Amino acid sequence: MKSGLYGFLFAMWALIIVGGGIMVILLGPFTIQQFGDFHWIIASGIKVTIALILVVIWILILSKLKNWIFKKELNS
Amino acid sequence: MIELIIPAIISCLLAFFIVYFTTPPLIKILTKKNYAVKDMNKKENVMIVRPGGPSIILGIVVSEIVLYGFFQLNEILAIIITTSAAFVIGYIDDRKVMGGWFKPVTLAIAALPIIFLGAYDSDLAFPLFGDVQIPLLYLGLIVFMIPITGNTINSIDVLNGVASGFMVIASFTLSICLFILQNYEIAIVSLPLGFVSLAFYKYHKIPSKIFPGDSGALTFGAMYGVIAIIGGVEIIAAIALLPAVINSFLFLSSVKRVVEHRQIKNPTKLTPDFKLMTTDDKTAPVTLVRLILAGGPLTEKQVGFAIFKLAIFSGALAIITAFMMGMSL
Repeated sequence: MKSGLYGFLFAMWALIIVGGGIMVILLGPFTIQQFGDFHWIIASGIKVTIALILVVIWILILSKLKNWIFKKELNS
Repeated sequence: MIELIIPAIISCLLAFFIVYFTTPPLIKILTKKNYAVKDMNKKENVMIVRPGGPSIILGIVVSEIVLYGFFQLNEILAIIITTSAAFVIGYIDDRKVMGGWFKPVTLAIAALPIIFLGAYDSDLAFPLFGDVQIPLLYLGLIVFMIPITGNTINSIDVLNGVASGFMVIASFTLSICLFILQNYEIAIVSLPLGFVSLAFYKYHKIPSKIFPGDSGALTFGAMYGVIAIIGGVEIIAAIALLPAVINSFLFLSSVKRVVEHRQIKNPTKLTPDFKLMTTDDKTAPVTLVRLILAGGPLTEKQVGFAIFKLAIFSGALAIITAFMMGMSL
């Protein structure tokens, strides 16, 4: 069981690094100019929405990963 | 460099010895007042006093005030105010059982001094890829971070010595990472957390003489969260805390709601030879301890060391991440 936990920790770490890459490369430079003085608020809103969607996707991936790792460990 | 070394040594000694010498009288006072709870993982009816929060906060506040005398940083004021507020919140919860909403909401309010004192940088630093500017989102992150770190440490406080031992590993890891990133002043400011945790571990380790209680666990977690924010090492701090995060993640994904730990079923039970094993109750939550025990019964001490090994592994990942902060793709 413990090796499964180490694998899960490593997977979480890898997902954090990849998530950081997506944040910096895709979300960071994202801007819109069509909405006058409010463009930065709208851009921030879009960034927040995408970040939250990413968090939900990450949680789903972790949930699946957790089930897969621990079922595999219990069966072995 | 000497102007950094002297405050570091003084504050670390104060942090360690204040907790080391004030905890035994605190145990006596709490015993006299009969502020004790049953140790759920012992066969006999063992009663342990709580909370140890008062000696923990005393060690933190005194050492940080001394550091403020040397550095006059708003970041230190943010640590003192937010951590003290977290202690008060935990102490109220120790004395009177509050609802599941109480700690997250009040800890979010306790995070506000960090914003008012401007003790943060709204750039979020990621390894390999650099920084991302999220000025509005970062304010939300501050308000969420303190309840998350506070409750994460509180949720891992399930066995003798685990919360304080885990904090020793996680907080010293964070200090090492801050030194690697050459953020020397915040690294020194973070050191008292490790020394306070180390001194408290002496009395909290198996067999416990005192439990930290919510006041102690929230104090540990809130100070850890503040250091992560003021040091700009949020990602590294999250990585060093991963075993506790996994525990909260497993708990929430099985319970599917925010709930006080007192309201849930114990996920473990005792074997006739005093070992811990997973319960047969399918409605009990999945936790880190339950997963560690899935391979078979273990003593409380063995489970505690299994958690510490996981903490050392995630600490190593956090240090690797700190080195990766200096690289870019």
